Amino acid sequence: MGEVKRENLAEALLARHSAPRSGAGWALSARRAARDRVLALGAAGRRDEYWRYTNPAALNGAEAPDVEVLQLDETPVFDGVEKLLITFVDGVYRPDLSDDLQGENLEIMTLEEALEVDIHWASDLFGVFEARGQNPVPRPFAALNTAMAGQGVVIRANGKVTKPVALRYCRENRQSDVLLHHVIRVESGAELTVLENGAGGARLNTVMEVDVADGGSFHHLRAQGRDHTRLAITHIFARLGAEARFKSFTLTVNGQLTRNEVVLDIDGDDTKASVAGACLGDGDFLHDDTIFVTHDARDCESRQVFKKVLKNGATGVFQGKILVKADAQKTDGYQISQGLLLDDDSNFLAKPELEIYADDVACSHGSTCGAVDENSLFYLMSRGVPRKQAQNMMILAFLDEAIAEIENEELAEDIRTRLSGWAERHSA
Amino acid sequence: MSTQESIAKDGVDAETVDAVKTVGEKYKYGFATDIEMEYAPKGVNEDIVRLISSKNEEPEWMLEWRLDAFRRWEKMTEPKWAMVNYPEIDFQDIYYYARPKSMIEKPKSLDDVDPKLLETYKKLGIPLSEQAILAGVEGAGDTPVEGRKVAVDAVFDSVSVGTTFKKELAAAGVIFCSISEAIKDHPELVKKYLGTVVPPTDNYYATLNSAVFSDGSFVYIPEGVKCPMELSTYFRINAENTGQFERTLIIAEKGAQVSYLEGCTAPMRDENQLHAAVVELIIQEDADIKYSTVQNWYPGDENGVGGIYNFVTKRADCRGDRAKVMWTQVETGSAVTWKYPSCILRGDDSQGEFYSIAITNNMQQADTGTKMIHLGKRTKSRIVSKGISAGKAQNTYRGLVSIHPKAVNSRNYTQCDSLLIGDKCGAHTVPYMECRNNSSRIEHEATTSKVDDEQLFYCRQRGMGEEEAVALIVNGFAKEVLQSLPMEFAMEAQKLVAISLEGSVG
Repeated sequence: MGEVKRENLAEALLARHSAPRSGAGWALSARRAARDRVLALGAAGRRDEYWRYTNPAALNGAEAPDVEVLQLDETPVFDGVEKLLITFVDGVYRPDLSDDLQGENLEIMTLEEALEVDIHWASDLFGVFEARGQNPVPRPFAALNTAMAGQGVVIRANGKVTKPVALRYCRENRQSDVLLHHVIRVESGAELTVLENGAGGARLNTVMEVDVADGGSFHHLRAQGRDHTRLAITHIFARLGAEARFKSFTLTVNGQLTRNEVVLDIDGDDTKASVAGACLGDGDFLHDDTIFVTHDARDCESRQVFKKVLKNGATGVFQGKILVKADAQKTDGYQISQGLLLDDDSNFLAKPELEIYADDVACSHGSTCGAVDENSLFYLMSRGVPRKQAQNMMILAFLDEAIAEIENEELAEDIRTRLSGWAERHSA
Repeated sequence: MSTQESIAKDGVDAETVDAVKTVGEKYKYGFATDIEMEYAPKGVNEDIVRLISSKNEEPEWMLEWRLDAFRRWEKMTEPKWAMVNYPEIDFQDIYYYARPKSMIEKPKSLDDVDPKLLETYKKLGIPLSEQAILAGVEGAGDTPVEGRKVAVDAVFDSVSVGTTFKKELAAAGVIFCSISEAIKDHPELVKKYLGTVVPPTDNYYATLNSAVFSDGSFVYIPEGVKCPMELSTYFRINAENTGQFERTLIIAEKGAQVSYLEGCTAPMRDENQLHAAVVELIIQEDADIKYSTVQNWYPGDENGVGGIYNFVTKRADCRGDRAKVMWTQVETGSAVTWKYPSCILRGDDSQGEFYSIAITNNMQQADTGTKMIHLGKRTKSRIVSKGISAGKAQNTYRGLVSIHPKAVNSRNYTQCDSLLIGDKCGAHTVPYMECRNNSSRIEHEATTSKVDDEQLFYCRQRGMGEEEAVALIVNGFAKEVLQSLPMEFAMEAQKLVAISLEGSVG
């Protein structure tokens, strides 16, 4: 794709969203800067190394696709847990479907409101982390989000927040093109759990900027909607201070195209971070996890655990990177990506990268790909387990290493239930 | 207990220790030989391509092939994706052709040979009995040589200066000669195979090579023949400001077997010199090629001044069923290395193996790895890569394993380990894995670590110097690869490991 065309495409990206309402000075300048970034970076192209395995064409397209709204009679995921519920329908905050925006140790307001406040702590984060995450690899969809997103939440945890903040993304419109931008700050010693679930739109673009101060702890759990032909591109940009804890887990089941980008900057010593995901795909489905973890402090640990079960032509993509800077001695970096292919039509494509400039580190990555182990299947069947059931057991066991990364056991159980439901429905 | 015994118990060769002890201080092959050279004018254009072709007395089709490549090259741009940094190369400031003047007319006996050329081979450790042949003395190949059975083809700057053991090889039906001779004597074979594995349009450097390659080696092993000896090529860049563009073509017919060794050195100079080679291997049904390289081009000094830019395209095509190829490389030299020996596993049940040690010290940069393209059923590949980075060097493993939908029941195992010595260097891993059917398996493991303090302490406690101890540990780290080298090379490689790491500790 030529440079000219790429610029035109970047302009078209900006043009397809209506400009958000006015805001405070800082918000306007952040938006303007993001706009310039989109134009400077250009749109993502098929030939970009960072888009080697995922075609960005549908995300670049002028119109969001027409996606049937999936009607389910099952209870939404995370419904059982006590939480502070915030609902967005087609990307618009709905107070009538949400709890009051307040909670113990919690400051919370919509992005729309926050951007109007002249002096707001979010001004240090909004668009700042996203801009920093553009180097060394451009992420034009994230810049687009900062420039144009008018909806989202701004959360600040000042102490231990007992109730998780649950963001529910509903759909009514078949062609909604949704941008959501969340800004989160976990203060020193504070704890916060954020849950996300639902498809959110026919084409969903989210950015979550998270700042975890020294000793802070942030847990994130996400279940992306199953609407078959929906598109999603999500980004998490997080900075972690000293002795911070960060955990993020994503469950993706079907959906035509999903690209989840996570950019973690470990800035303080003795920090632990984990990014994990389980994904199940049946049919015309592409799921891409693109992770970039930068270690810039001593004695830190990071983990990336991704498991993908694929069938009927589904494609799983993993692009993970651990960058260890020269001063990040005693880093423990771990990365595993595995694909389980249930039939011959599926693909697993992986690019697990290490870039290391410090000598006293232990970094490792592993990646495997293959079918369900026949010997194990035979073992189970010889013990009287029917083949179908045995295979499902194997699938769930395979995924469990990723689920084990979830801190909260109750939420982990909820995810397991969903997974076994999928395995049941899709085993043939 | 003596030092050597205690080490031997740890499973490390006592010879290693000796080797470590005996190695000299600096780059051993850094001498330049002051020989009268014949140069083509600097720079590259169609006329230079024509000149190189005419110097080699090539037929018309070969010239056309070169010109076609050159025209394509002019439209191409240098690849930038590798993790290496170097100043822009001025491709017009390089001599594309240089040969010792004494080679213009073949010398009649050793006395006629430029003594400096002989001196060079002596310094490189090539036995006197072979020197005559390498120096191009007419009839020297007829004298029987006892002892070491390695046939050598030496390439001095742009031209091949001689091949040893030609007669004995010919008796077995093996053709081993310089590629320029092959173009003249076996045009049908060259025409059939040249550029079929690495097409002239393959990449920037390969295309340049296709246009200007001056010499290289050609090997043809006929059906069912097991090559009676190891074949070896020795490359040396001597002249200043020259680029070396050699082309190697090896064909193993049905059931044939050959082991091929390649070694490289260059003098110490302040300027950077370019080396852009192309190696093509063709392996038919049940044939087997083992290709080993010890690359010890001048790496530049500790401040990164000078050194060779090593931009090499090597590829093996397993065309027949059950064909086998094994690449082994020990990369210790060059300022910048850009090299990915690859295997196309086209035949069913074919196998590709890649064993690599890449050592970078001081300001060296290496971006190296392999590609395993699984196309045939039940194809197998194995990658073992050991990267060692010291000083301010950057060492990258970049590899691709691709299993196509039809390559059912295929297998890949990849292991790439990196070792960092010092906190100013970098070690990087960029593997690509693409699995497109479910009966195949890919397994990939990579680790990055440093020289273990406890091991180091153990060696120091036994009275070893720190550098010696590090060399020993690194040799242990790279053992799997060293073991896959032919015997003679393995020893040399172990020494090289030690030399390359000098000055990296303390």
